[in-house]
Amino acid sequence: MALICGRPPRTSPDPAFADWGDGGAALALKHWSMFAHGACVTVELTALSLIFGMLIAIPAALAMARGWRFWGGFARSYAYVFRGSPLLVQAYLIYYGLSQFEVVRDSVLWPFLREAYWCALLAFTLNTGAYTAEILRGAIAATPKGELEGAKALGLSPFKSTWLVELPSAARRALPQYGNEIIFMMHGSVIASVITIQDILGAGRTLNAKYYVAYEGFITAALLYMALTMVIVLCVRGMEKRWLAHLAVGR
Amino acid sequence: MKKLFASAAAVFISAAALHAPANAADLTICVEGAYPPFSETTADGDIVGFDIDMANAMCASMGKSCEMAKTDWDGIIPALIEKKCDAIIASMSITEERKKVIDFSEKYYQTPAKFIAAEDAGLTDTPEGLAGKVVGIQRGTIHQDFMEGEFPDVELKLYGTQDEVYLDLQAGRIDAAMADSVAMDDGFLKTENGAGYAFFGGDYSILKYHGDGAGIGVRQEDTELRDAFTKAIADIRDSGEYDEIAKKYFDFDVYGGS
Repeated sequence: MALICGRPPRTSPDPAFADWGDGGAALALKHWSMFAHGACVTVELTALSLIFGMLIAIPAALAMARGWRFWGGFARSYAYVFRGSPLLVQAYLIYYGLSQFEVVRDSVLWPFLREAYWCALLAFTLNTGAYTAEILRGAIAATPKGELEGAKALGLSPFKSTWLVELPSAARRALPQYGNEIIFMMHGSVIASVITIQDILGAGRTLNAKYYVAYEGFITAALLYMALTMVIVLCVRGMEKRWLAHLAVGR
Repeated sequence: MKKLFASAAAVFISAAALHAPANAADLTICVEGAYPPFSETTADGDIVGFDIDMANAMCASMGKSCEMAKTDWDGIIPALIEKKCDAIIASMSITEERKKVIDFSEKYYQTPAKFIAAEDAGLTDTPEGLAGKVVGIQRGTIHQDFMEGEFPDVELKLYGTQDEVYLDLQAGRIDAAMADSVAMDDGFLKTENGAGYAFFGGDYSILKYHGDGAGIGVRQEDTELRDAFTKAIADIRDSGEYDEIAKKYFDFDVYGGS
């Protein structure tokens, strides 16, 4: 059901099980299309939830850092609720919990909440949004006073000062921590597999269940997650080199 | 000081004994605990059901003490192979494919597989009638193989337990479910939640997919244990104990044709 990944491929159209007994790596390789689809779903879900989560995190972080009475309190409670409970519980509540209520099933939101994919995306977005808001809030609070005074001296409006000086400066400081959040989010996305989505772990579990093996599917999944983590680490390192270059001076 | 040490050692040893109850029983049996009425977990955490009663009756008949180990379905065969338990009594169908990794006793019951859906869904159990529909099944069951083999155009949704299948059927996320007829009848249709849902289509019992009924799974090298279970099934059937247990759960002959 995923947007660009499409439907999972059939594990084996012919249940003659001719390919059983090849063992470990060969078994996983034979089902590479299942894992490729799973990797696509994992990357897509992670990327989309990070993007939407950021859209929530920026205003929430600002509201908290500014100490606005209503919106600041609202953002703080939001961050507390979604950082306070496990992502697995949130995903279960959204997927199996909401669907128990007739009101929800009759509502305009049902076409979305009906699909496991959108439920997962909703849970992941709200969760990473909460963590990212806290990361950004800390970075905003640590903005050197001089930067804001400089912006004022240049005659920037409060809006421009926020967008052109304060947030970019905070984003740089938040980058190393945010890199961590990206990796956590990707690993957290395994929760999609418990609400019927065939992501990387889902593919691994299907392989295990189909051939009655204990770890072949899990090892294949772990290797794929490690490869994706490597890509994220390299990207974040590249960004740090570019945007945190001033910190490297003198090393 | 010596006394103190001795009593500390005694506490330590008894604590260690408490943590190793697995060695106390002759056999550890892997059961599922999420497949009513064969196997279900009560609110108190006890596991009850036909499978459990069968297991206890067979163990008594063999003169062995048995301990139940609750195990997730998709990890139940690996658990047996890796000696986390000595036998599987979890309504597992005897299939050729499974026989490649483990061995089975003779069957202890046999019931057909069926589809269920909302009463007014108007579905038919042909590949065309179900084309484009979403059918929920438990991952790694004979029903997954059956659906993949016979209904190529049906979208399958895979669940960890059968109970999750029912939840999503009620939520309207899936159009139909395919599983063992008795498990669905007693575990869902006859319950409060099952109101408005019914069987449709025929009974399925195709040897290639559905196998030879449900048997007790043992490791391939444990031929003695396999034969002991087969004998125990025959013994409790002869003694009438089997029928007594079956009567508690079913109003028909769950053993199926001989």
